[in-house]
Amino acid sequence: MTLSFMPPLSRRLFLGATAATFASASIPRWASAAPTRDPRLVIVILRGALDGLSAVAPIGDPDYAALHGDLALQLGGDHPALPLTSFFALNPAMKNFARLYDAKQALVVHAAATNYRERSHFDGQDVLESGMLTPGLTQSGWLNRAVGALPAGDRVGQKGGVAVGAVAPLVIRGPAPILGWAPSGLTPPTDDLIMRTMALYSHVDPALAKQLQAGLDAERMASKQGMNEKPTGDVVAAMRVAAEGAARLMTADDGPRVGALAIDGWDTHANEGGATGRLAQLLGGLDGAFAAFETELGDHWKDTVIVAVTEFGRTAHINGTTGTDHGTGTVAFLVGGAVAGGRVIADWPGLKTEQLYEARDLKPTTDLRCVLKGVLANHLGLSATALATSVFPDTLGVKPMSGLIAA
Amino acid sequence: MSVDPSWIVAFKRFGLGPRPGDVERAGDPREALLAEIASPEALKLDGSDLLSTTAILQAVYADEEVKRMQRQRLAEAAKVAMGMPAPSVAALEVPAATAATNPSALNCSTPPIPVVVNGSMGQQANAAPSMAPTPLPAAGSMGCEANAPGKQPDPETQAFRADAIARIDRACSASIGFGERLVAFWSNHFCVSTAKSNQVRATAGALEREAIRPHVLGRFYDMLVAVEQHPAMLHFLDNAQSIGPDSKAGKNRKAGLNENLAREILELHTMGVGSGYTQADVTQLARIITGWTVVGREGRLGEPGTFVFNVNAHEPGAPTVLGRAYDQDGVLQGETALADIAAEPATAEHIAKKLVRHFIADNPDPEQVKRLARVFVDTKGDLAQVSKALVTDPASWAAPETKFRNPWEFIVASFRAFARSPNDPGPAINALNLLGMPLWRPAGPNGFSDDSAAWLSPEGMKTRVEIAAQFAHQIKDAPNPVSLIDVILGPKTSIDTRQTITRAETPEQAYALLLLSPEFQRR
Repeated sequence: MTLSFMPPLSRRLFLGATAATFASASIPRWASAAPTRDPRLVIVILRGALDGLSAVAPIGDPDYAALHGDLALQLGGDHPALPLTSFFALNPAMKNFARLYDAKQALVVHAAATNYRERSHFDGQDVLESGMLTPGLTQSGWLNRAVGALPAGDRVGQKGGVAVGAVAPLVIRGPAPILGWAPSGLTPPTDDLIMRTMALYSHVDPALAKQLQAGLDAERMASKQGMNEKPTGDVVAAMRVAAEGAARLMTADDGPRVGALAIDGWDTHANEGGATGRLAQLLGGLDGAFAAFETELGDHWKDTVIVAVTEFGRTAHINGTTGTDHGTGTVAFLVGGAVAGGRVIADWPGLKTEQLYEARDLKPTTDLRCVLKGVLANHLGLSATALATSVFPDTLGVKPMSGLIAA
Repeated sequence: MSVDPSWIVAFKRFGLGPRPGDVERAGDPREALLAEIASPEALKLDGSDLLSTTAILQAVYADEEVKRMQRQRLAEAAKVAMGMPAPSVAALEVPAATAATNPSALNCSTPPIPVVVNGSMGQQANAAPSMAPTPLPAAGSMGCEANAPGKQPDPETQAFRADAIARIDRACSASIGFGERLVAFWSNHFCVSTAKSNQVRATAGALEREAIRPHVLGRFYDMLVAVEQHPAMLHFLDNAQSIGPDSKAGKNRKAGLNENLAREILELHTMGVGSGYTQADVTQLARIITGWTVVGREGRLGEPGTFVFNVNAHEPGAPTVLGRAYDQDGVLQGETALADIAAEPATAEHIAKKLVRHFIADNPDPEQVKRLARVFVDTKGDLAQVSKALVTDPASWAAPETKFRNPWEFIVASFRAFARSPNDPGPAINALNLLGMPLWRPAGPNGFSDDSAAWLSPEGMKTRVEIAAQFAHQIKDAPNPVSLIDVILGPKTSIDTRQTITRAETPEQAYALLLLSPEFQRR
């Protein structure tokens, strides 16, 4: 099941505006950095499987436009994609990310995936967040164990972490002390939950469907709001509020140094949209969260790394409902003043049928765990041994990726 | 271990929904239900904070007295401030009756009290939108304490809260929950509404605890008498104020007969509307139960807050009800009449039909109702035998799952599906308010509807989605949602439901979809 990652360096293409600076991952970051350095790390879990090909489009790939059809981004038109390199362009909804990329504070890792190769959301998220080889093995996450593995006296270890949301994401759950914080107020049901509930009722219990539809219609009339505006508007606002709250906590002198939040809604099976539409609105929300972190963290932004990851990608081709189904390889975003940004890191596998994973998904060529380990090693100063044992158990062969953190 | 579908029926139709692990067992679910019937003591509810009706009412009386004195002082102070001579205390005396029916401004936790004149509860029903769902603070603080830090909640709030917590906890922890379902059924059959007054709000839970629970697996007549003599019911349906016109008290005052309780005894509690009794029967029964009242704060007739037969308010004579004259003395006259009414075939028919409608189908199978009514008659209203007959009747198991869970069943089943019991009853009580089934607060004395159509409404469905989403949002460390399908919804769960849950984007969404699935909503 496990693919061999870390392809030979000669095959690895680093497509970016600058030549990457390779720091040795074996030298802990804090060993060489000034003692005043006080890193912040935020992990954003994008639940539902993000379509990496619509977030960061390989517009230079000759097969992309045909394969991704109506969802494909393009450099022209009303909503032109934002070029990152000659090969990759960013979804136009992510203008802050593009700005930070230009400022060398943001990078993209493409065609990445964990070692999980099935297509169940729950199991995929479990592997992504637990850091274990298979799902269901533990109730603690790798970020929590990373905090626990820091040397005694380390500031990050002392200050602990914060979990944003009513339920702490698995990635930060575990023995190390964690604060919880949730935006106040009820969480209204998402459009997606309502859609799925309606679909189920229509098939199985039309009486329930009829009443629920009437209830929704009444609410819509009462609120005098269009169907398109309200739900995604709420989602975008919720992402920003969550980011602001987490950032404020992490700014305090005695506040947590690591944080985790989960954002739902990326399971775009139908009407996914491309440069505009549902996915673009979600990406805009994520982009707004990045900007909120930048603003609220203030002086701490220069010591901050935010990593946004998802459990797996989506099919390279679009399906019959103008969406994409569960896939494999996808993107990860790294943003923050401490990121050695301005680059798209990818060992591009190509999009021809024989180049796709199981002839349907973007083939993963970078082990996402290498990226995560690289951040933990060079940003927080975890040893390769700790990373291969307690943080990501049984992963000695999965080497931390170097050069992700600015010197 | 594979799940036997009949266990799911036992938990959903007769119980309060399975908890994880509940249905993975061998044996006959009927035997398990019969075992619950054989353990009436399991329905007993006690705890140090669960006070007797008498103790609760005495606390309410004392609190009202304190507030009366406060108002008096304020009024005196106001007059002094305006340069008026301080009047005598006697001139400021607020009649006790006024104090009891006009909640003071201090009493912030008590919802506005609708005026119920001689049982014209229709007014109350019409006013439902304003009187019902007073959303309680989400934080779960149900009383004044949120608004007035350091201030003790009113005794009626404390008592309501203690009984609410106990009821919810017991429902979440019950084995299958058949006994608790029966408690909820009978409590709704003999309902009061906390909206009536402070006294009823304070003692609604105690009525269920003292008059319903001990008799759910006992005799119908015993429950009937316990309820009709309970202070909560005597206040709710105004019999506490009913006075025989020719009684000693009636001759001295203008106050007179109040038929409210007598009418509802015949119409709702026993024989049922249209079953052959007449208006004359109602009036005569009302005469018979004059004097059934509650001892007030002053304790003139006995210990304050207890049921008492006030001979001075009792109508003399030997009224005739349903062709039978009652010439007994005192409380025995009414108890004898109730015994005869309880033994009427119409009562058996009425109860049997309500039971089948509640547990099995909105349109009860007449044959099944007949069978159950026969058991009621043959056993002289032995409710353990009636309950046994209900669960051993093959028709009870063969009926399709068309009943729509009422809000109480939905909320409790949701907690149980995730092996939870709320630490704080606030959110559960709030959810019941939002779903239109506020605890012990139906719109009228006929209780909450047992017809699915009453709950299967646009607003109801929309609110269920919101509540399921909110509930799922708070679930931590629950099992893989897919693993819950067979053990919570059952092995016969549709492919569509399975796929919808399996394909959910997150565990949280899957939990919400599990709670919203037709298999969870219906029973």
